[in-house]
Amino acid sequence: MSEVKKFMFVNRKAPYGTIYALESLEVVLITAAFDQDVSLMFLDDGVYQLKKGQQTKGIETKNFSPAYRALEDYDVEKLYVEKESMQARGLTEEDLLVSVTVLSRAEMGALMDEQDVVLSY
Amino acid sequence: MLHIVNKSPLTSNTLDSCLSTATGGDILLIEDGVYAVTRGNAVEAKLRAAMGQFRVHVLMPDLEARGLGDRLVEGVLPVDYAGFVELAASNKTCQSWL
Amino acid sequence: MSSIEVGGKSYETDEEGYLLNLSEWNAEVADYIAKTENIDMTDQHWEVVNFLREYFEEYQIAPAVRVLTKSIGKKLGAEKGNSEYLYGLFPYGPGKQACKIAGLPKPTGCV
Repeated sequence: MSEVKKFMFVNRKAPYGTIYALESLEVVLITAAFDQDVSLMFLDDGVYQLKKGQQTKGIETKNFSPAYRALEDYDVEKLYVEKESMQARGLTEEDLLVSVTVLSRAEMGALMDEQDVVLSY
Repeated sequence: MLHIVNKSPLTSNTLDSCLSTATGGDILLIEDGVYAVTRGNAVEAKLRAAMGQFRVHVLMPDLEARGLGDRLVEGVLPVDYAGFVELAASNKTCQSWL
Repeated sequence: MSSIEVGGKSYETDEEGYLLNLSEWNAEVADYIAKTENIDMTDQHWEVVNFLREYFEEYQIAPAVRVLTKSIGKKLGAEKGNSEYLYGLFPYGPGKQACKIAGLPKPTGCV
């Protein structure tokens, strides 16, 4: 790979209700396999993707949440969660599956501006 | 009558639309709609107020899938798929707020 | 839909021979799939296959080759966590072949 680009995945949807969260995760894993600089942003309902304790047997759907814990193996270590999105949903960092960096809306916006590629989910 | 909401209350206005239109009876929250009945979320107060006027039900498999089975707002009535069918069958009409 | 016949039982696979139902997997099926890939299973092969099953159990994904190599290195030592060793065992790709034998889906991003 000649040039490393900064890829940001913006995740704004809850898991299971729509296919966005799973699609995003799959593209993240593919992108990471090509040694790019990948960061993931979780805001609005996207923060629900990282909620611990997901049990999907009852809805007969694959529980893909354990894969977020494998992102470290893929060298995807930049996970950002928006503070107010988390608070509005009654969640704290302890509710999340992985360790993340908590940022404000303004900081998220600034981070978005630094990217070469922004993928929206 | 039965009202069904399947969208997240913090992303879509369907729960608001339902609550301001419906006059009483049963409300069932399913799919991403279940986030409305979790403790500590921003629409909790609105939901608690609605509970005076409606019987509010939640489809538990959807809540458990999202890792929030242990955060159900008290007074909300949990149902399984059989309970869902029961609600649909016992009400004369049903509006899905898609 | 395709299927394979092992020990009198039929197992559904996709068109490339990957098992559709992960929970049906057993050692006999693994041996059978290995033969279709021209691989004689040794202890070294089993070590990788079992590692993949454990990885999938924990994370619900089949790791990309690069991740598999690194993770094997961490768990089983540097002499096994390298491409020469893993491609020596699975010439057509440790991701593709070992996942198939382990009854897992093809790794995401593997063409």
